[in-house]
Amino acid sequence: MADKAKKIPRQKMPEQKPEIRRSNFKEVPFGFDKETALLEASRCLKCKKPSCVEGCPVSVPIPQFISLILEEKFDDAIAEIRKKNFLPAVCGRVCPQENQCEGSCILGKKGTPVAIGALERFAADLEINAGKKDVCLNVKKTGRKVAVVGSGPSGLTVAGDLALKGYDVTVFEAFHKAGGVLVYGIPEFRLPKTIVEYEIEKLKSCGVKFVLNYVIGKIKTINDLFEEGFDAVYIGVGAGLPSFLNIEGENFNGVFSANEYLTRANLMKAYDSDYDTPIAVGDNVVVVGAGNVAMDAARTALRLGGKNVSIVYRRSREEMPARAEELHHAEEEGIDFKLLTNPVKVLGDENGRIKGVECIKMELGEPDDSGRRRPVEIKGSEFVIDCDLMIIAVGSGANPVLTRSEKDLALTKRGYVEADSETGKTSVKGVWAGGDIVTGQATVIMAMGAGRKAATDIDRYLSEL
Amino acid sequence: MYEILKREEIAENIILNEIKAADIAAKAKPGQFVLVKANEQGERIPLTISMSDKSKGTITIIYMVVGKSTKIFSSLDKGDFFEDVIGPLGMPTHIEKLDRVICVGGGTGIAVLYPIAKGFVEKGSNVDVILGARNKNLLILKDEMDNISKNLMICTDDGSDGRKGFVTDALKDELEKEKADLVVAIGPVMMMKAVSELTKKYNVKTLVSLNPIMIDGTGMCGCCRVSIGGKTKFACVDGPEFDGHEVDFNELQMRLRAYLDREKKSLEDYNCKISGNR
Ligand SMILES: Cc1cc2nc3c(=O)[nH]c(=O)nc-3n(C[C@H](O)[C@H](O)[C@H](O)COP(=O)(O)OP(=O)(O)OC[C@H]3O[C@@H](n4cnc5c(N)ncnc54)[C@H](O)[C@@H]3O)c2cc1C
Ligand SMILES: Cc1cc2nc3c(=O)[nH]c(=O)nc-3n(C[C@H](O)[C@H](O)[C@H](O)COP(=O)(O)OP(=O)(O)OC[C@H]3O[C@@H](n4cnc5c(N)ncnc54)[C@H](O)[C@@H]3O)c2cc1C
Ligand code: SF4
Ligand code: SF4
Ligand code: FES
Repeated sequence: MADKAKKIPRQKMPEQKPEIRRSNFKEVPFGFDKETALLEASRCLKCKKPSCVEGCPVSVPIPQFISLILEEKFDDAIAEIRKKNFLPAVCGRVCPQENQCEGSCILGKKGTPVAIGALERFAADLEINAGKKDVCLNVKKTGRKVAVVGSGPSGLTVAGDLALKGYDVTVFEAFHKAGGVLVYGIPEFRLPKTIVEYEIEKLKSCGVKFVLNYVIGKIKTINDLFEEGFDAVYIGVGAGLPSFLNIEGENFNGVFSANEYLTRANLMKAYDSDYDTPIAVGDNVVVVGAGNVAMDAARTALRLGGKNVSIVYRRSREEMPARAEELHHAEEEGIDFKLLTNPVKVLGDENGRIKGVECIKMELGEPDDSGRRRPVEIKGSEFVIDCDLMIIAVGSGANPVLTRSEKDLALTKRGYVEADSETGKTSVKGVWAGGDIVTGQATVIMAMGAGRKAATDIDRYLSEL
Repeated sequence: MYEILKREEIAENIILNEIKAADIAAKAKPGQFVLVKANEQGERIPLTISMSDKSKGTITIIYMVVGKSTKIFSSLDKGDFFEDVIGPLGMPTHIEKLDRVICVGGGTGIAVLYPIAKGFVEKGSNVDVILGARNKNLLILKDEMDNISKNLMICTDDGSDGRKGFVTDALKDELEKEKADLVVAIGPVMMMKAVSELTKKYNVKTLVSLNPIMIDGTGMCGCCRVSIGGKTKFACVDGPEFDGHEVDFNELQMRLRAYLDREKKSLEDYNCKISGNR
């Protein structure tokens, strides 16, 4: 078996060529066809103690689903994945596999790991293309009502799990579309919105109700929800408060948070001329930060017509937190990386428009709290990058809209909701929380994992009532 | 979908819509606003809840037709629908019983000011109102304001109604005449700036309501950031009302021009389209 795996190289997904894709919003990789998927699946050693599964935050039964693909039992394969992962088509695309499942695959030690994410995507896409939705037939109703606040991956998982257990679930969402970061943040070229829509339609067919345009904390408090007859509430409102650099000139026109830029582009579809949303298109664009959000902002600015798009990051390449694939794609598309560089001041013209960013060069010093070497300024190394658009993607914090209205809900010093890491229980009876509003911005799969644990505990609590 | 129950042009280019939105009406407080989106392709436009009626389950918005989105809103009739109405957003006005509040409104700012003035009256405060407009045809909510205020003073640029001149002239006289506990000033940015500079001299606390460009209205994008006492605040969640003596009005004015060219073009294209279709 091991020999065989060595002979077959890791299969690559075909993708749009960089020169073409840098000016369209269509998805970059096309996904495996059946033959490639079977070939890739045949590389898996079906380990008795699969280390890949330990690397997956929700323990997807990886060797089992890969075997089922190999046997061409595609329906069973997706059913196997769905036992643990509620959004396989999403995770197959956006999980940082190199740090998770694939990072722990035994084959990775000697050569290249099995392309677990791509196989997961393959199985999930087959299901979506077949349009299967009747997953909730014959579920016995419990007669109890659960409210889910926020429709990101975390909230959707809770809704799905509890609907399957017979609860009457209503999801309240502040935006006019459901899906959280999956619809307003992650761009179409990485995650087609039809995938998220499919999952949401499926939930609706299971009886989950979606109430959009509904900001909990404003239009209703959590207490109002209990008074209206909900028996439990799950808070999955994400960590959407954008951080700025707090440097001079940051309020000049042409300086955006990545959240604003991406929301205009994705949710409000500014790239589509049929939509009324205005968006700034820059010739010379500077994006500050080096996570997934920064890559998404840079590649969006490029697709909207940016000529020179640079990533400015104060640490070095090794510390960049973005997924390996995104970095690779961004480089291929011609994004310029200005590493060990930190913005210190935004320069503007007499009309209040940005015309450049003054930056300073950095070097790496002693390790800091995060274990990464701390960047320190090199005195006298200031220089100016001319630009007409700047996007700030240096992280986000806890949004206070909901928590401000809930005086009894215990929060951490930084404003996140305090919740038990095993059950998601908060300080308020009948209220659970999970996802980014508990952990700070993390990953889709972590948010889903937290949702799943909370759903289990909510079910336990409600069956004991 | 949110049904429009009433459409009325209450002054030149200023439209009033009463909208069915029971849950919003039940919670709306003076100082709060909604985001309105006409259709799938539309922008999310912030507009103050000028009136709300819990028992009827309705809210009222009053807006000036200035660009493409408000033009589309104004084309909707009674019985038509807004696709999305989100709210109530923003912090409610802190309303208390005061001996004398002077409410100063300019242009469509009067629509924003009305629920606040009414709130102070209902709490038992004495409220004097100064309204300004370029001319008498642009003046809105005059009778409504007259009904609730102790004194109503009108200023028009051309003298077609009330006194000829700016609201600041009338306000200065009032502040000279008798002490005030609070001034609430809502209108064009430069009007709020002038009022705040004046009241600073008289040391009277002043509330203004800021109208930066917004998207989500829930603190998620930072588009609505304003500088208050040197600190960045998000008008949609920390405001929209702030202490007028702390606001950087010049920066706000500058930021409001962000999409000027594009918006002008978008309106021109839209006007061409509708006239072409005729
Ligand atoms: C641009 C970008 C790219 C990313 N790329 C990746 C990636 O490649 N891989 C990865 O694993 N992770 C990625 N992430 C992180 C990942 O998307 C998040 O960790 C995940 O979405 C968190 O899920 P959640 O359910 O906790 O919250 P969210 O997805 O943030 O959803 C929260 C929802 O709650 C709603 N809401 C907020 N307040 C209220 C309220 N008061 N009432 C009602 N509704 C409310 C919001 O509108 C939102 O829809 C990315 C994030 C961003 C921003
Ligand atoms: C909290 C809040 C409450 C508001 N309440 C009201 C209200 O009750 N009645 C009302 O008439 N307006 C109100 N506004 C202003 C209103 O939102 C804008 O007039 C509207 O966004 C214009 O949209 P448009 O597409 O029609 O015009 P656009 O094409 O977007 O703009 C046309 C012109 O208006 C300017 N403009 C754009 N956005 C704003 C803005 N936010 N404020 C002022 N000027 C702007 C542009 O610079 C341009 O000159 C409020 C704004 C905020 C933030
Ligand atoms: S959910 Fe993510 S981490 Fe887990 S197996 Fe799938 S791609 Fe890997
Ligand atoms: S560790 Fe790698 S080879 Fe082993 S079961 Fe998991 S995917 Fe297959
Ligand atoms: S409108 Fe987005 S933060 Fe205020």
